[in-house]
Amino acid sequence: MTDLTSLTLAEARKGLADKTFTSLELTDAHLKAMEEARALNAFVMETPDQARAMAREADAKINKGEGGPLAGIPLGIKDLFATKDVRTTACSKILGNFVPTYESTVTSQLWRDGAVMLGKLNNDEFAMGSSNETSCFGPVGNPWRREGSNTTLVPGGSSGGSASAVAALLCMGATATDTGGSIRQPAAFTATVGIKPTYGRCSRWGIVAFASSLDQAGPIARSTRDAAILLRSMAGHDPKDTTSVDIPVPDYEAAIGKSVKGMKIGIPREYRLDGMPAEIEKLWSEGRKWLEAAGAETVEVSLPHTKYALPAYYIVAPAEASSNLARYDGVRYGLRVPGKSIGELYENTRAEGFGPEVRRRVMIGTYVLSAGYYDAYYIRAQRVRTLIKKDFEDCFAKGVNAILTPATPSAAFGIGEKGGADPVEMYLNDIFTVTVNMAGLPGIAVPAGKDAQGLPLGLQLIGRPFDEETLFSLGEVIEQAAGRFTPVRWW
Amino acid sequence: MTATSGKLMKGATGDWEVVIGMEIHAQVTSKSKLFSGASTAFGGDPNTHVSLVDVAMPGMLPVINEECVRQAVRTGLGLNAKINLRSVFDRKNYFYPDLPQGYQISQYKDPIVGEGEITVELDGGKTATIGIERLHIEQDPGKMLHDQSPSLSYIDYNRCGVALMEIVSKPDIRDAEQAKAYVTKLRSIMRYLGTCDGDMEKGSLRADVNVSVRKPGGPLGTRCEIKNINSISFIGQAVEAEARRQIEIIEDGGVIEQETRRFDPDKGETRSMRSKEEAHDYRYFPDPDLLPLEFDQAFVDALKAALPELPDQKKARFIADLGLSPYDASVLVAERESAAFYESVLEALSDRARDGKLAANWVINELFGRLNKEGRDISSSPVSASQLAAIVALIGEGTISGKIAKDLFEIVWSEGGDPRELVESRGMKQVTDLGAIEKVVDEIIAANPDKVAQAKAKPQLAGWFVGQVMKSSGGKANPQAVNDLLKSKLGI
Repeated sequence: MTDLTSLTLAEARKGLADKTFTSLELTDAHLKAMEEARALNAFVMETPDQARAMAREADAKINKGEGGPLAGIPLGIKDLFATKDVRTTACSKILGNFVPTYESTVTSQLWRDGAVMLGKLNNDEFAMGSSNETSCFGPVGNPWRREGSNTTLVPGGSSGGSASAVAALLCMGATATDTGGSIRQPAAFTATVGIKPTYGRCSRWGIVAFASSLDQAGPIARSTRDAAILLRSMAGHDPKDTTSVDIPVPDYEAAIGKSVKGMKIGIPREYRLDGMPAEIEKLWSEGRKWLEAAGAETVEVSLPHTKYALPAYYIVAPAEASSNLARYDGVRYGLRVPGKSIGELYENTRAEGFGPEVRRRVMIGTYVLSAGYYDAYYIRAQRVRTLIKKDFEDCFAKGVNAILTPATPSAAFGIGEKGGADPVEMYLNDIFTVTVNMAGLPGIAVPAGKDAQGLPLGLQLIGRPFDEETLFSLGEVIEQAAGRFTPVRWW
Repeated sequence: MTATSGKLMKGATGDWEVVIGMEIHAQVTSKSKLFSGASTAFGGDPNTHVSLVDVAMPGMLPVINEECVRQAVRTGLGLNAKINLRSVFDRKNYFYPDLPQGYQISQYKDPIVGEGEITVELDGGKTATIGIERLHIEQDPGKMLHDQSPSLSYIDYNRCGVALMEIVSKPDIRDAEQAKAYVTKLRSIMRYLGTCDGDMEKGSLRADVNVSVRKPGGPLGTRCEIKNINSISFIGQAVEAEARRQIEIIEDGGVIEQETRRFDPDKGETRSMRSKEEAHDYRYFPDPDLLPLEFDQAFVDALKAALPELPDQKKARFIADLGLSPYDASVLVAERESAAFYESVLEALSDRARDGKLAANWVINELFGRLNKEGRDISSSPVSASQLAAIVALIGEGTISGKIAKDLFEIVWSEGGDPRELVESRGMKQVTDLGAIEKVVDEIIAANPDKVAQAKAKPQLAGWFVGQVMKSSGGKANPQAVNDLLKSKLGI
């Protein structure tokens, strides 16, 4: 029997249906891989007992012919998703040993469809970061290393645990969240596929909030097909989240392999940055050629307000975060550091419970919402946001079906290499991805090649609102052309 | 619109005018909370009506309760106010243990209800019009319990997340009487609408009162806000005490500092809570978890069409249709229950045109008088509307006199029973048989020749005879018939 962990989700689904192997075997294989890969620090909580129980239940259902779309598929869950009776921390000390009494809508839909939970995945604290280095559980290792180097690289962030675990074949797919690039950037750093769907496509209920108007859940997977399969289960209207949208969820998998002939692909000139590595430039034009070869037409487009996106994002997201994180006050749950007064209790708890990056963003957010600064920062940032959205609308109005960009301005970097002195250095990682969140659009990152040091690079496709299907069709074209990338095991 | 001038306050340097604006927090009548499905029932054990949303568990999201929106719109319509078809929920950020989210979801720049006005009743049948600035909906916080432990404070989140309407008046109120009348009227309107139970003891209605003083017609003075007053009479007392305090400071050459104060009803004075410098920066911004609240005019029109008759309309109808005095009509409509009782009495009357006004007198003077005396409210009246209607009808049709009716009312009050049967069984019927009355008159005239002589000389003394006749008939003789007979017999 081949190593069960090397299968794609779609292949495993077939194997389970054909009774080639059981979910318990598949689950055990992944649990073993997880154990062996603890050096990666991808999981912050392993739930083997629960995994095996769920696998047995899935096997019973499969045997009765009642298996759901994800019956028996072992998955990892980002620690931002509340999981009933399983510790959920957002990788922050302030949540301590918080155990929810409730299950997030997205994960409950995965369990409804038969999936198996292997455990909770590492992420940047409260999803604030682009390298998974801000986690209170420590950094995550990227399964990829530079050729001939022993330096451990970051897997990107904030969904670093999700990307690392999928790339290292520890789980068949993972949930992730994306506020400014937290699905797409780690996917690009690990040669996995990650899609941030349209804002409102997945329910935010039960996901620890970072920036409510930008947060969106999505999968990180081993292939575009796998991502399509997972998104179908994750998406859907939820009356408990009034920002979720009540439109039917299509069969995304049906978009895989669909012809892209005649599609118009925009190439935004503003994404061509000064000093961008030649490899990225090359990858981008290669992607363009692959899509053209598949029958799509590529056109130069302009998204003139792109350069304002990152600064505006770093006003809007911290503003919302400063308010969203006010509930972590030591009064009702999580960490409490006592003080002589209620004010001291707040200060002590929040000073000790939040890491430096979270503290920084809470302070930025508090500042930009303060009396006298609100108009200059928050209101202006919202105006910029409207303009960014309009850039995309104008572009799509001209018949563009999707926009092709690099996913990141560089390949993965070493732990501790970036952002030590200047946090903006880290923030620049999101330069190609934040616009998509600001506009609420769907964006997918697919592996497209490697840099000179053998590290994976990804391309991003940005779609029209609720047209994730087009992204899957186009993503698969790139995937087919670029081939599959698997890291050499070092852990 | 100009404010109705109020009672000026005397100071050492002359008269002072008081300028008052109010923010009323009214708890919305609804089964569940503003953004969660938890019950709003009052008085449960601590933390038994609490949802995951109410205590701000990670990842929880608010979902607007449509009934609360309808209640706010109804209230807006009752305040003759502009209903905004699009409004926005904002977060008001501050830390306090009774506020689990670390922010209160409220409405800041775009409230659900805009400008309106109400007419309030003042002493002596006068009225004043008070402008409404806005009404918005927001969450109530929880309740701190400081009396459970010597060293710890506890929090009860049952009330946390219950919907409140904050109703902001324009600074149109000019004295304590108007202030009380304003809250009384607002409370009455909301109780008619069923949008707030107005129970101030339970905290369903609280007032923040902004008070400043100025020389009549002069520029506005600096205001102080007196927070959270939970009784109408305290509102009056607080206004008087605060205005007096400000006048004394100014007249002593001081200046008023803008600040938040609280009213101590035991000492009858206001005390400083925090100064303007200590005021919070609430960092309001639109709540990204909630879309703007939007509905169409048809939604408003449907609510408008289904509104009950409000006190002002009812009062106008009572005056026009039944000929009640404006004062009587005001008294009857002030409380929804009183008006409903009166209308039940009307309902039971066969001749409303004849007896409607009399019924109003009886409800106001006899029934309310008696209820007040015994400290009861209308809902526990021993005399039902149909019993009272029967008494009024017996008077109207001439079966009993007003005097006998009072005796009958006493019997019904303390013993119960059907008034008509009681009149029969206890022989309370008015004697209108002229023959019988004449017999009594003749007997009394015959027995008192000296009084007859006096009465002939001085006709006012005939009253003595009336009294004697009534006495000997047990009060049942028709007074008019007695008068007529006496006049002709005595030749006066």
